[in-house]
Amino acid sequence: MSDPSVHAVADSPLVQLLTPEGVRTTSPEHAYDGSLADIQDLFRDLVMTRRLDTEAFALQRHGELGLWPPALGQEAAQVGSARALRPQDFAFPTYRDHGVVLCRGEDPVHLLSIFRGSSLGGWDPADHNVALPNIIIGAQTLHATGYAMALTIEGLVGTGDPERDAASIAYLGDGATSQGDFNEALDWAAVHQAPVVFFCQNNHYAISVPLERQTRVPIVQRADGFGLPGVRVDGNDVLACHAVTTAALQRARDGQGPTLIEAVTYRMGPHTTSDDPTRYREAAEADGWRAKDPIERVRLYLAAEGVSQDWFDGVQAEADALGVHLREACQNIPEPDLAALFDHVHVDTTPETEQQKAEYVAWRDSLEGSVA
Amino acid sequence: MTEKMTMVKALNTGLRAAMDKDPKVIVMGEDVGRLGGVFRVTEGLQKDFGEGRVMDTPLAESAILGTAIGMTFRGFRPVVEIQFDGFVYPAYDQIVSQVARMHFRSGGRVPMPIVIRIPFGGGIGAVEHHSDSPEAQFALTSGLKVVSCADPHDAHWMIQQAIESDDPVVFMEPKRRYWESGQVDTASTELPLLASRVVRSGADATLIAYGPMVKTCLESAAAAAEEGLDLEVIDLRTLSPLDLGPVLESVRRTGHAVVVHEAQRTLGLGAEIASRITEECFYSLEAPVQRVTGYDMPYPPSRVEEEFLPGLDRILDAVDRARAY
Repeated sequence: MSDPSVHAVADSPLVQLLTPEGVRTTSPEHAYDGSLADIQDLFRDLVMTRRLDTEAFALQRHGELGLWPPALGQEAAQVGSARALRPQDFAFPTYRDHGVVLCRGEDPVHLLSIFRGSSLGGWDPADHNVALPNIIIGAQTLHATGYAMALTIEGLVGTGDPERDAASIAYLGDGATSQGDFNEALDWAAVHQAPVVFFCQNNHYAISVPLERQTRVPIVQRADGFGLPGVRVDGNDVLACHAVTTAALQRARDGQGPTLIEAVTYRMGPHTTSDDPTRYREAAEADGWRAKDPIERVRLYLAAEGVSQDWFDGVQAEADALGVHLREACQNIPEPDLAALFDHVHVDTTPETEQQKAEYVAWRDSLEGSVA
Repeated sequence: MTEKMTMVKALNTGLRAAMDKDPKVIVMGEDVGRLGGVFRVTEGLQKDFGEGRVMDTPLAESAILGTAIGMTFRGFRPVVEIQFDGFVYPAYDQIVSQVARMHFRSGGRVPMPIVIRIPFGGGIGAVEHHSDSPEAQFALTSGLKVVSCADPHDAHWMIQQAIESDDPVVFMEPKRRYWESGQVDTASTELPLLASRVVRSGADATLIAYGPMVKTCLESAAAAAEEGLDLEVIDLRTLSPLDLGPVLESVRRTGHAVVVHEAQRTLGLGAEIASRITEECFYSLEAPVQRVTGYDMPYPPSRVEEEFLPGLDRILDAVDRARAY
């Protein structure tokens, strides 16, 4: 089989602002205008995201988590796009967007809790404007579209007030582009000129199925048929991801409608800790992408700019502290209480639910009594 | 203040009242705007409330539900119309995987105050996919509430109560009763959303129905009365949760129960109701609970629908079977 990563990426230009060698470049329509300190912040986010990811992977291997979907290799796409959001914007992530959840300020222990089997999400999306990660492929693209339509109805678009105008962002993978929901979302967003950004991380595989089995055209070209702009970006380049997402979000907030971003990246690990990528792809392919690592190129750039080794060591120490925290916190995640879950089935609980709760509690208590 | 109106008009005035009361209530669906809906339930709403609150959507049922979910995140209370029962299946994933679970998976933090209006059932000579009764598929989905109105007064009030609910409500409208008129007290309702009621008192057997079959059961009871048989008729109104209090009380008196619905028999609501009656009223029952339902086949061509649908004869035959024990 030909290299699918080459197959579908040939035709469309890719926005890139930082090469894999750590050299800043330019793009005709996009620029990253942050300071060196801003790039250091992005570097820190990248390192923290990777540490969260590798710690969680290890926790799964130690039996502390039932499953983990690694984001290894996709940190730049997640951090670059999420750091382009303003507090009033709203993100709808998937189960792999750990960097997005982290950058929004949500406690990453909640993510461990989901994959430990201790909760189904557990945070209030209103706290940091980030929805619970969606597992059903593509469903959240419609939620983001509806959220954006609501922003329009509320008049929170195009007022010119940067503290007020808002947008939503839907995260999805390449597999989701095959789903009806994604196609419906693009159509609705365009028809309603909704302030939503579709951020597709094309990591080239939907579990084992390569991109060429999902689409015959580059994902970015999907935008044309629905009547919205599409942008293709180097998904391993955090500066480029930040720049194109910033522009797309601003466009949305200004009332100019939706944008589809295709961030071309690669899932370095398995789909989840349950699968074996050696069954469906060659090692050489991953090696090629390893040379495009999203963190290493920022490290090279910062070092060339004179950022001291002490500073890098400081970030490393922070990451180590995060690792220690996650290992401890994971083991201290409280066991869910089945009895309490009955209370969340409905807002106004029903007599049937109450009755079944009472039945369960009585049964549980009788078992405890019989042991004693 | 009592007014005579059709069920369509009763739903329309109910929607209007809810939109007047709460600016966060919005109506969306296929053809609900300029056309006023294919059954005219939303007639005039777009003219009076604007395109921002009454939205003609692209033709995509999953998106109707999916975008409604996103709107609830900003405090809206979407009332979505699924044009016909058989068109709800493309939206099934968003309903059962997303709407029904959001409150639960967020640990009680995210309510889903969405009303999903579905004109359902047969009896109007429609083509395929326009006569289904999918209520059990939603009633078995934890997290949803499912109700069905049977007359204009209930339609007028239940739609408003459903919109006020912070839980998602699947609102089943019996389309074959849309054009039948009845008295609507627009000043008040005596019943909450989730309550069944006795619509005719009787001593000899209990007929249990909802939506379109309530009227058919009342007609059956009237016919039986001419032969000296006194049937009680209960309108369930709420299908999930079930309010079986009046049913159980009735069956304890009559000793005979017949459940009637248009939906297919196997694993239909009749199965659950019969089981609950058996659990609760075993010593009062003089016969097994009878069911009169559609048959286990996809809805048939309309020229034979009268044979597929429960009618007077099949209902009274079931009463006779029960009383023959």
